[in-house]
Amino acid sequence: MPRIGSPADLEKFRKDLLSKREPDKPCITLCSGSACHATGSRKVAARIEEEINKQGLQDKVDIRKTGCHGFCERGPIIVIHPEKIAYFQIAPEDVPEIVSETIVQKKVIERLLYTDPDTNKKIIHESDIPFYKHQERLVFGFNGSIDPKSIDDYLAIGGYSALAKALSGMSPEQVLEEVKKSNLRGRGGGGFPAGRKWEGSRDAPDEIKYVIVNADEGDPGAYMDRSLLEGNPHSILEGLTIGAYAIGSHEGYIYVRQEYPLAVENIILAIKMAEEYGFLGKNILGSGFDFTVKVHRGAGAFVCGESTALMTALEGRVGEPRPKYIRSNIKGLWGRPSVLNNVETWANVPLIVNRGADWFTQYGTEGSKGTKIFSLVGKITNTGLVEVPMGMSLKDIIYKIGGGIPGGKRFKAVQTGGPSGGCIPDELLDLEVGFDELTKAGSMMGSGGMIVMDEDTCMVDVARYFIDFLTDESCGKCVPCREGLGQMLTILTNITAGKGKEGDIELLEELAEVAKEASLCALGTSAPNPFLSTVRYFRQEYEAHIREKKCPALSCKELISYYIDPNKCQACMICKRKCPVDAVDGAKKTIHLIEQEKCTKCGTCFEVCPSKFGAVKKISGEPVPSPIPEEERIITRKSKAK
Amino acid sequence: MSKVLLQIDGKDVEASEGMTILEAARSAGISIPTLCHHDKLEPFGGCRLCIVEVEIRGWTKRVVSCVYTVEENLVVRTRSEKIDKLRKMILELLLAHAPDSPELQNLAREYGADRDRFEKHASFCIHCGLCVRYCAEVKKKDAVGFVDRGVRKEISFIPEIAAKECWDCKECFPLCPTEALQAAYVLTKSLVSFPPSPEPAAEK
Repeated sequence: MPRIGSPADLEKFRKDLLSKREPDKPCITLCSGSACHATGSRKVAARIEEEINKQGLQDKVDIRKTGCHGFCERGPIIVIHPEKIAYFQIAPEDVPEIVSETIVQKKVIERLLYTDPDTNKKIIHESDIPFYKHQERLVFGFNGSIDPKSIDDYLAIGGYSALAKALSGMSPEQVLEEVKKSNLRGRGGGGFPAGRKWEGSRDAPDEIKYVIVNADEGDPGAYMDRSLLEGNPHSILEGLTIGAYAIGSHEGYIYVRQEYPLAVENIILAIKMAEEYGFLGKNILGSGFDFTVKVHRGAGAFVCGESTALMTALEGRVGEPRPKYIRSNIKGLWGRPSVLNNVETWANVPLIVNRGADWFTQYGTEGSKGTKIFSLVGKITNTGLVEVPMGMSLKDIIYKIGGGIPGGKRFKAVQTGGPSGGCIPDELLDLEVGFDELTKAGSMMGSGGMIVMDEDTCMVDVARYFIDFLTDESCGKCVPCREGLGQMLTILTNITAGKGKEGDIELLEELAEVAKEASLCALGTSAPNPFLSTVRYFRQEYEAHIREKKCPALSCKELISYYIDPNKCQACMICKRKCPVDAVDGAKKTIHLIEQEKCTKCGTCFEVCPSKFGAVKKISGEPVPSPIPEEERIITRKSKAK
Repeated sequence: MSKVLLQIDGKDVEASEGMTILEAARSAGISIPTLCHHDKLEPFGGCRLCIVEVEIRGWTKRVVSCVYTVEENLVVRTRSEKIDKLRKMILELLLAHAPDSPELQNLAREYGADRDRFEKHASFCIHCGLCVRYCAEVKKKDAVGFVDRGVRKEISFIPEIAAKECWDCKECFPLCPTEALQAAYVLTKSLVSFPPSPEPAAEK
């Protein structure tokens, strides 16, 4: 492949490329992101290839393995073009039928379509499914239509045209102005305006400057950056190169987690292809601008997502944060001006340059423009990645897109912003998502994690869980975070274990204040959020644990007991057989009871007791009723008594 | 180097550009407590005890004075209700490690810190990093380092280096603000297993 030497050459190349493509030729696109890999898309892919060969259709059908489509709950996902028929939860056994029915005979297979749970109607196209219909997939939408390993696919959808536009038609200042005007704010957590960050670096006197992609996504349950890197790596490279041009940097780094093998593979391949095509390297598109990118693999420390720790790690030292009274964009990597933005932020840049800041700012709220990708997980019907315009209400995201809470349970809270975010309760569900709105509610945007919790979730335990995570991930450099979080964890663990005492909440509040005020980096200053937000909205749950030794959500093991209601038990023996520790006493026609001292509270009896009996009860904060007298345990069936 | 004028605790202080607030304060005879600071070492910013309040352009914020550099017209307050409260808690957290350290006890008296507020830890180390950084920055030997992270972080001597370098040095011991014994203990522990016994079976 010869290097593309100018924007005109690029357009000519693109035209040739498109002219060789047959838009009406059947094409099977298969989601091959990490989540679909987990549900078996590799096997499906192999089967598709096998079946196409078997039916002699190699020349008549294209197969495209794309990145994540977002609807991970229903993976593996197949979309058949040009009709755009979407099939979900495909097993390898479905493939022969798909090929012979849908590809050859153009027939839709009803059973593989999505069924709308409200209307019970089958839906053919992805865009009509509620999960997708209410989204605005500006950044993430291309994932479903390109093979991330093919630079030509990216070019076919207009890839690198923003870079060409910037390099040939705009001065670095103009690019910077456009990004500033768009009010693009950092998608990684801080929400700092990208344009202002860039400007600081651009104006810094140092000759050598760096641009960095933060792909050290470490929030539990969050995988939007991963899916972007895996599914559309060139969009990030293009954004990074444009940013480098704007600030005058010639060297970029991508700091990506080693735990993301597919993302690492795809971004390395994308860099190689971009170098071959001339989108990276010397004299890019004939502009005289040089830029190279290196990939650095992170070694699995959450704190390295923090900008200064990431840069310290890039320098080859222990990934610990350093005080940043002088911002990294002035003095960052190796003491040079360094612009660090998150994956999603960079991926927004080509869109802004191509379509303009005015187009971009029509999406979103006053303070937060554009869209945001959220990782919608937890107790939610439609688990997956969703991209919505800023300003959409939490309620719409959870109910319209997410399909609400499964199992008829009641919504309790949504945790946003990753481990150091906060929990937002039911009464604030009308909150519009945006950087400032979420912060005001005691949570944060973070990188876009959204964990939905139902009535069975104990909020004290949620706080304990996240503080545990953060204590484990604290680098240990500063006292308020290392020691303070450790103490918070001890107290929270005691409370959930029924060992809480008066004054614990106040002590937690004091420790939280010190961590917030005096920690060295953002991990420590935001770490108390899980506690602060839950105590703000669910203080009564803390009090119940401490004062009544009661877990209102019936979740904390040490505070609950299982017992069998003698009036409901039918002596069916199911729980007795399933109990792993032999704690159920009883026999046929003898009402069962749980020997409390043997019970490990695993909950098996509760789960297996037939719902029509509902005899096993979970209780908390009250004594277990005394067993009924032995003679009353014998069941005399009414039919037999006659 | 150009001069910077600032105010610390109501006193006009003249400092050189690039100085930290801590250096400026000490040069003017104003004391700010520290545990991880050492004149010969790069600022670390780990103990957070030297936190102060600064007022700049009408904004009040809290910064650690060992890292924050002086600015013209900066107004610094080294004590306030809030600052004292933060220092008290920091000390209480550290006293859980080293309740008998005279240095910590003196500070505890000053800030009313309760040495028994938290359950005691089985390590005297307060992770100030003085030993680690002194060995790396001044002695350039790297015989002692940190291992692990967060609450599990501990100092550890690297036996191969320590066996060669530490016998005649031990300059890190007196730097320890809690108990020099801690460093001595960790060093000894690392040396007993070095060099490794040629016949490990003989130990049985």
